[in-house]
Amino acid sequence: MNSTLEKLSPTLFTIGIFLFWEAACRAFKIDRFILPAPSEAFMAMVQYWRPLAYHSFVTLWTTLAGFGIAVAFGIALGLVVGWSRTIYRGLYPVMIGFNCIPKVAVVPILIMWFGIGEVPAILTAFLISFFPIVVNVATGLATMEPELEDVLRALGARKLDIMLKVGIPRTQPYLFGSLKVAITLAFVGTVVSETVGANAGLGYQIALAGSNFQMPLVFAALLLLAFEGIAMYAVFAWIEGHFTRWAFRSSMSAAA
Amino acid sequence: MSASVEIGDVTLTYRGVSGGVLALKGTTLNVRRGEFAAVVGPSGCGKSSLMKLVTGLLPPDNGSIVISGAKVTGPVKIAGMAFQNPNLLPWRKVVDNVLLPLEIVQPYRSNFRREKKQYREQAEALLKTVGLGGFGDRYPWELSGGMQQRVSLCRALIHQPSLLMLDEPFAALDAFTREELWCVLRDLWQKIRFTVILVTHDLREATFLADTIHVMSARPGHIVMSKTVELPRPRELEDCFKPQFIDIVHELRAKIGEVRQQ
Ligand SMILES: Nc1ncnc2c1ncn2[C@@H]1O[C@H](COP(=O)(O)OP(=O)(O)OP(=O)(O)O)[C@@H](O)[C@H]1O
Ligand SMILES: [Mg+2]
Repeated sequence: MNSTLEKLSPTLFTIGIFLFWEAACRAFKIDRFILPAPSEAFMAMVQYWRPLAYHSFVTLWTTLAGFGIAVAFGIALGLVVGWSRTIYRGLYPVMIGFNCIPKVAVVPILIMWFGIGEVPAILTAFLISFFPIVVNVATGLATMEPELEDVLRALGARKLDIMLKVGIPRTQPYLFGSLKVAITLAFVGTVVSETVGANAGLGYQIALAGSNFQMPLVFAALLLLAFEGIAMYAVFAWIEGHFTRWAFRSSMSAAA
Repeated sequence: MSASVEIGDVTLTYRGVSGGVLALKGTTLNVRRGEFAAVVGPSGCGKSSLMKLVTGLLPPDNGSIVISGAKVTGPVKIAGMAFQNPNLLPWRKVVDNVLLPLEIVQPYRSNFRREKKQYREQAEALLKTVGLGGFGDRYPWELSGGMQQRVSLCRALIHQPSLLMLDEPFAALDAFTREELWCVLRDLWQKIRFTVILVTHDLREATFLADTIHVMSARPGHIVMSKTVELPRPRELEDCFKPQFIDIVHELRAKIGEVRQQ
């Protein structure tokens, strides 16, 4: 009984929030140009399904492209940074500094370099999402038990052996944990870039509809964006649980 | 097959931000081939550091370490090690944890793929001798602390090392499990006769297992007493209550109390 309730609770809460939103809009007679009711947003979704489907698709693939580059680059850089203390020390301030730059500020530069289109969106998604991957992979390597390293070194293991046998498998839960965070950040990056300068994508759609005062359409796009984010998060949460079950069972827990 | 260890007048300093720590000073210690040596001493006196020197994981500032006639200049590549924490790899099955050294040490390393089946059988057989027959396909988290420590012992022994280094391997276990594992170690050693250096805080453990017990001073550590245990072998747990055994424990205890005062 209790466990069914627990399983249903995400759905129930979502429906509840929509109902509350709908009721509030009607009860207080909120102007639809300020906050449209969800029913109006859904109606807009039906009415404009063609452009919305197109823009959702563009946002999804640019996000995934940027995210894919971030994963490849993030893992590579994380391994390099985790490999040696010197590199770790040298690169860390640079990376922190880079991560502190708001990516909105970079988008105009990217647009100047690559022109309006998908490339700036992909690059922004990449730039915003690789950082947690690097940090987590490097942390996974850096927190290796020193005694285990001693055991292997006393057997004559080289650094590469230790990395392959222990370091890299050990970073897996850290890596998969970071992917959940990174994918949602990648959406943020894409949408920011699309809002600033693009001719397709949900961010572009939101900016365009907003300037035309089509608030239901704005909210329809926002809801689709949220949906894409949740769906991708769920995919990576599933992958995480599937591939690193040992980490949840043993005392070693992943950093998110 | 087994190794001899000669530690000659070694000094070790850890250099840190807030000045150096002199961990060992003038430590001299000899272990014969096939001997079971125990090292006891107050906490922080440099026992673990000594293990790192012997296995070549750290270089000494002064003095020399010679294993089977060869001076140690880097990681020794032969030593099996086990610590207080079993440190098993949670993503590997028990048997694959035991096999880990064979993926690193020659000549097993080159043959590993080809001979994997035979190596697995060896690992299973070794697990059986420590009372873990049939547990090979479990994961470490499915095992109790004592069982994990047995696996850790197997991992330290699978490549038939000529030198076994144990740093408080039983410290985290309850008294009964600990005594059980004493017997496991005793039987393995009796059978294979590798050279053992065991660091422990448990004087009964040292007396029960060792041929020679070396007592270290407080930091900077050096050997202040080497006691040969004359008790006949094979020793039984019952022997722990014999007057001769208790006398040795008393003597060690008094000595450690003395060095702790200084
Ligand atoms: N990596 C290190 N850096 C700096 N100092 C260290 C380091 N490792 C150990 N020491 C210092 O060296 C001394 C000896 O340490 P060691 O670990 O060898 O002691 P121990 O005899 O094994 O102690 P215990 O019985 O508590 O395990 C300690 O005072 C410790 O502070
Ligand atoms: Mg110690």
